[in-house]
Amino acid sequence: MSLMSRSHWALTALALAILVALPLLLPDFWLSGILGRSLIYGIVALSITFLASYGGFISLAQTMLAGIAGYTVAILAPTAIPASASAVSYWLAMPLAVLAATLAGAVVGLIAIRTRDIYLLMITLALAVGFSLFAQSNIDWFNGYEGIRNVVGPDLFGQPFRAHTVFYYVALTVSALLYLLVLYVVRTPFGLVLQGIRDNPRRVAALGYNVAVHRIAAFAMAGFIAGCGGVLITFYNIGITPGSIGMTATVNVLVMSVIGGLGHPVGAFIGAVIFTLIDTFAATIYDRDRFNTLIGLVFLGIVVASPDGVLGLGKRLTGWGKRKDAGDGGTPH
Amino acid sequence: MSLQFMITVTLNGLTLAALYFIVASGFSLIFGLMRTVNMAHGSLYLIGAYVGFAVFDSLYASNATAGYAWYAGLLAGVAAAAVAGVVMQVVFLGWMQGQELRQALVTIGLSIIIADQLLAHFGGNPFQFFAPDALFGPTPVPVIGRYSTFRLLQIGLALAVGVGLWLLLNKTRLGIMVRAGVDDRQMLAACGVNVPLIAVATFALGAGLAGLGGVVGATAQPVALGVDVKFLLTSLVVVIVGGMGSIGGTAIGAILIGVAEQWGQALFPTYSVILTFAIMVAVLAVRPQGLLGRTGR
Repeated sequence: MSLMSRSHWALTALALAILVALPLLLPDFWLSGILGRSLIYGIVALSITFLASYGGFISLAQTMLAGIAGYTVAILAPTAIPASASAVSYWLAMPLAVLAATLAGAVVGLIAIRTRDIYLLMITLALAVGFSLFAQSNIDWFNGYEGIRNVVGPDLFGQPFRAHTVFYYVALTVSALLYLLVLYVVRTPFGLVLQGIRDNPRRVAALGYNVAVHRIAAFAMAGFIAGCGGVLITFYNIGITPGSIGMTATVNVLVMSVIGGLGHPVGAFIGAVIFTLIDTFAATIYDRDRFNTLIGLVFLGIVVASPDGVLGLGKRLTGWGKRKDAGDGGTPH
Repeated sequence: MSLQFMITVTLNGLTLAALYFIVASGFSLIFGLMRTVNMAHGSLYLIGAYVGFAVFDSLYASNATAGYAWYAGLLAGVAAAAVAGVVMQVVFLGWMQGQELRQALVTIGLSIIIADQLLAHFGGNPFQFFAPDALFGPTPVPVIGRYSTFRLLQIGLALAVGVGLWLLLNKTRLGIMVRAGVDDRQMLAACGVNVPLIAVATFALGAGLAGLGGVVGATAQPVALGVDVKFLLTSLVVVIVGGMGSIGGTAIGAILIGVAEQWGQALFPTYSVILTFAIMVAVLAVRPQGLLGRTGR
């Protein structure tokens, strides 16, 4: 175990070093349009994968939580159009947005507390679609169908947030920190109890742990992760609309995490890169308008062939070659 | 607020509930026997509506007074959805029986593809059926004066579906086998019953009900993009509230949600969605298995 995780750490460090060096090699389009975008959507996918991998819950509410953070930061943003009465600086708006998503995550955990598996999937999907319909019909805060525009994000090191290199490094830093946070938390007593609940909730309860509190805390942490992603996505899109948190967006993030593989947090980022590549180049592969058919076919193919995604596939292939675990030590590229 | 207004809103809610019941009962039936959460149920609704309309439209184009065009469209829509459901069950879902999450993911994939292919073949323009003359126009109703005949027919249709399903499940041999399958598939198979065949029949019936809902719903209001999501969501909420796999629960859930939606839109249009979800959350807090759902499992 220790040997395996040592090689894991080496691979992770290597991948990170490559990712840090990439701006020297890649044109801006690849940097922000492919990699940066993959990273920020990968963060939301990471929040699904964290819950699925260590808690055994597949939640479809994570896009909603990202949206709650996105709307919070948009409502508080000093540059927003329509201008908001409650504008504060970005440096206050961002933590408040993440806090809102964390609290909302806890509420989702509370609502779904007595449900598992397929019921949890349905309830979280219903919540997510309900929230996007609400955002669509509410004018006072959410500006209805139009959404809120011109949420550009703060200046960093004297450069606008949307400068390609700034955006890429912020996305990379936040992704790496959250990824390491997940790997750290699952080794703490809290994370171990969480995995115990996944495997046998009744036994964990019998050992004297409060299963409900642990579940709610896990959902709150997933809300925190999704919230970080939501803020970055809102800056990337320069605003937020109900469409960006609707059923399609929800399914897209689920597609990413399932394509990558729900077995390990890194799957979220692998899936996000694959999804973004297909999304970007669908026009040349098949037909510009039929992107959804293509992504649907890829998704269906993966779910039918390998329920544990590309990671599981890689694991099995490398397993045959007797090279233990090379498949899930990689990082997105 | 006049009595007339209150009755009209409630009647609107009940006609909406009738449509919800027709669609959600198919969803609930499929779940009840096979534990398959069919995330493509909204897509089956769309298939019913689009294929039904294609048949209706070609007949209607040749003879504008043809009353039979609507009935032909209805049959075609139900049949198309049923066939699509059977294909889904045979090709994808049958052999991964028992893997509930995987099945849900597969049907999500199918729903993405179906929605996109329907868009490619039929275009994105909204369309609507015209009800045949016999069902078109108003019917006198006490207190409120007149009410749409077709909407009243919706309620009658939902009652017929509900009674039909009840009779099928409680009074026929097939129904006995279906209910036995809900409780213990393996025992049923050991008794010599062809369980996969029953599964296909149930899927055909459930999908056909989605198609029926598609034609009826597209007659009451235009079909546009996103309708599949709306009906999937409604089916989810209705069966979560009513209890998965229970026809009676589905009826109660549909009435609650349909009436609440119409009253919500009449009183506070912006927040009516919230009311639907407040009902769902309230039910979950008290009875996670739904109002008429069974515990255990």
